[in-house]
Amino acid sequence: MDLNDFIKNFAEQFDETDPSEIRPDTAFHDLEEYSSLIALSIIAMIDEEYDVVLKGDDMRSAVTVEDLYNIVCSRV
Amino acid sequence: MDPMVSPFSLSGKTILVTGASSGIGRAAAVECSKAGARVVLTARNRDRLQESLEMLSGEGHLVLPCDLDNAEEIAGLVADLPVLHGVINNAGFTKILPLQFIDEQSFKDILSVNTVAPVLLLRLLLKKKKLAAGSSVVFTSSLAALGRTTVGNGMYTASKGAVSAFVACAALELSKKGIRVNAVCPGMVDTGILSNGTISEEQLEKDKMNYPLGRYGKPEEIAWAMIYLLSDASSWVTGTNLIIDGGYSIR
Repeated sequence: MDLNDFIKNFAEQFDETDPSEIRPDTAFHDLEEYSSLIALSIIAMIDEEYDVVLKGDDMRSAVTVEDLYNIVCSRV
Repeated sequence: MDPMVSPFSLSGKTILVTGASSGIGRAAAVECSKAGARVVLTARNRDRLQESLEMLSGEGHLVLPCDLDNAEEIAGLVADLPVLHGVINNAGFTKILPLQFIDEQSFKDILSVNTVAPVLLLRLLLKKKKLAAGSSVVFTSSLAALGRTTVGNGMYTASKGAVSAFVACAALELSKKGIRVNAVCPGMVDTGILSNGTISEEQLEKDKMNYPLGRYGKPEEIAWAMIYLLSDASSWVTGTNLIIDGGYSIR
């Protein structure tokens, strides 16, 4: 698994947020566009791309994009 | 009708409940038995059906395991059934996926269990003359079917929308036989249908605040509405979608 690919896939779930705003240390819950629908889209993307099924609580416990990446890595 | 018996009683009636191994189906089986019915419980999992059976009041209840996703198994179930006075078509499930992630197989699976199976079951019950005159058929639909849905729930919403629409046509066609057909449309009920955790506990707690009565429903609160629709108390009610939602749709 590659962090840069993950960030690219993560950023694709947003429409108005510029991809450059999505970095490993981005606290994604604070992004203006972040919503429950985007959270569901990220969960579905991770299932489709990495075959890892996250729970809503995993999304909540991750602060940065890299935190989420590390959760996914630990379950691949 | 015996004037000494409440019209809400199910005494003397045999009721089939699908999805009777958990959630609303299990509660429906238990409450129907308390209302005096003889209950036939079906679902895939024999052990959990057995657990439901042990919760029932009265005697004479039957467990007939069946995978409703399989047309041959539905035919086998119908062949084994006694003559019924009521059916609760309740088996169903959901999978939360935003629109751009909906996959064909998941959508087909949800439609197969939630929409196609109950229609095939009803068709066979009629064909094999397993529904007595004056029977009542109840479908578990959803508030989502009536347009009050949530993000990520498109496949389930479509499957239940079809059920709620189907009820009108079935009610029309079966009215000559004196068979009534209705649906219940619950808001969110504490059943574990979302227990896989895609939606977090925190989100669910927040969502409960959208209900004027301040909480999600309990399975038995849906079962009691089903009992009304199965009983002679609703003898002039057919083709309806009965909303049971703690006031959600007022808002």
